[in-house]
Amino acid sequence: MKIVVPVKQVAALDDEFELLDDGSGVDPDGLEFSLNEWDTFSLEAALQIRDAAGGEVVVISVGDEEAEEGLLSALAKGADRGLRIWDEELEDLDALAVARVLSVAVSREAPDLILCGVQSSDAVNSATGIALAGHLGLPHVAVVKAISLDGASLTVERELEGGLVEVVRVGVPALLTIQTGINEPRYATLRAIKQAREKPLAVESLADLGLSADDVAAAAGSHRRRLAPPDRGEGAEILNGSPAEVAARIVSLVQERIG
Amino acid sequence: MAGVLVIAEARRGELREVSFELIGAALAAKADAGGRVAVALIDADPDRHAAQLAPAGVDEVLIVTSPLAQFEPHVAARALAGLIEREQPSLVLASHSIDSLGYVPAVAATRALGFASDVTALSWEGGGPVATRGAYGDKLVAEYDFPGKATTVLMLRAGTFAPVAAGTGAGAAPARGVELDLSAAARSEHLGYREVEAGDVDITKADFLLSIGRGVEEQDNIERFEELADKLGATLSVSRPLVDAGWMPGARQVGQSGKTVKPRVYLALGISGAVQHLAGMRTAETIIAVNTDPEAPIFSVAHYGAVVDMFELADELEQALGA
Repeated sequence: MKIVVPVKQVAALDDEFELLDDGSGVDPDGLEFSLNEWDTFSLEAALQIRDAAGGEVVVISVGDEEAEEGLLSALAKGADRGLRIWDEELEDLDALAVARVLSVAVSREAPDLILCGVQSSDAVNSATGIALAGHLGLPHVAVVKAISLDGASLTVERELEGGLVEVVRVGVPALLTIQTGINEPRYATLRAIKQAREKPLAVESLADLGLSADDVAAAAGSHRRRLAPPDRGEGAEILNGSPAEVAARIVSLVQERIG
Repeated sequence: MAGVLVIAEARRGELREVSFELIGAALAAKADAGGRVAVALIDADPDRHAAQLAPAGVDEVLIVTSPLAQFEPHVAARALAGLIEREQPSLVLASHSIDSLGYVPAVAATRALGFASDVTALSWEGGGPVATRGAYGDKLVAEYDFPGKATTVLMLRAGTFAPVAAGTGAGAAPARGVELDLSAAARSEHLGYREVEAGDVDITKADFLLSIGRGVEEQDNIERFEELADKLGATLSVSRPLVDAGWMPGARQVGQSGKTVKPRVYLALGISGAVQHLAGMRTAETIIAVNTDPEAPIFSVAHYGAVVDMFELADELEQALGA
């Protein structure tokens, strides 16, 4: 079974981040990068299926050099090969545009299964995976928290609101978006981290995929015009002082309200 | 503006509350920008809900009969695509719900629609919608517009748009059936539903919840907070990562996929406040949040906050309570 796992190197704000003066984004010096948490679960799910059923796990990311680290960590955990797609035209893509770019690379692989994270921790669109399924014309199930594979048929559990779970059957090829907690993602050994650099990791441009900047722009669903700090409203009343003083305030607040 | 199309939601024969938030947002958009509001429901038996979906201000209810008793994402996708083609709305409002996440982005992608998800505010500029949503895990907010898009679909975050009260202003809007061929659209098969097992305690009944999150760091540290909860007279609840890690049962989880709680006091230790968590506790009477990150989103819904390490606070609480 050939499984493609699209992954994202996500950005978190560090303690001293600054917005660019024109409000168009964050100064890159204030960002810390890591492999998206959801993608560690989709990758683990793919590795477990491959380990049981045989086949290959291919990780694909759209991103600049930072994304190389995420792909290397996926290769260190056991993915067989990687592909990074980058072009200067791809700066600040929205979910639908990323899905369009991925669709060309994924379709070329003709996988049996595509496992995406439900969402990325920075953009939180929860849209890229299902948009990708749309472009590929494949059956899809979102927010999956259990998978069992029986021949060409998958039985999966969808996590709904309020603790409800729906059990669904879908045939392969298919695309699933994977929720955290579905498995226990493995850590890479030091040896595997060293060996990851020996695994195939290709870099391709838009032209390599046969796409133009106009194709990507046409696929985008939105245009970000401003980024700003949130209006915190009145916000919380901050309890200042030592931990002992904070503890005393909390105890009295609780006593006033619970009695 | 040509019009707003609302995609109402039902599950297991019941309308979902978010449907009324979507209608509320659509009526607010109509007040700002004019145009018509149509409310569509894709369901096996949509007629029974039609009257509820037509409060004053709604111009039409669109009935799409699904061949299946349960939600199926490919049926819903074909229905949404058909509705957009027939009705040509300039704005479609859907919920940022698990069901909608399973098909709306696919329709937006294949039809090259304007699109934004997890939208928390909607306004109008130059005749087009402007959507506000979080960025960098809700630590910043971003505004989006949709230049050149004839139709834009926005998925609205539950609990952020004021709902229209169900049944207010009699249903004067006519209901119209929209015939779409959905018979061969399904590509997955519903096998059943399952509820998360009930636990030893019902956290939705507690007056006082001590809730812990990722800040607890290790499974071995949980016992200490169970004991602290006992001493405080609180019930222990947790955020998602502790359930994902298998350290606590799902019945203790607060949030969108866990329980929605409304205790008199919610004391959150080491919980940053992902939107899915906030959805489950933001209506608690008093929220006290303790976190080492002063930018943690939980402080935006808390009434009281302290930037303190949860273990140091636990030391002091134990001492104050004579532990």
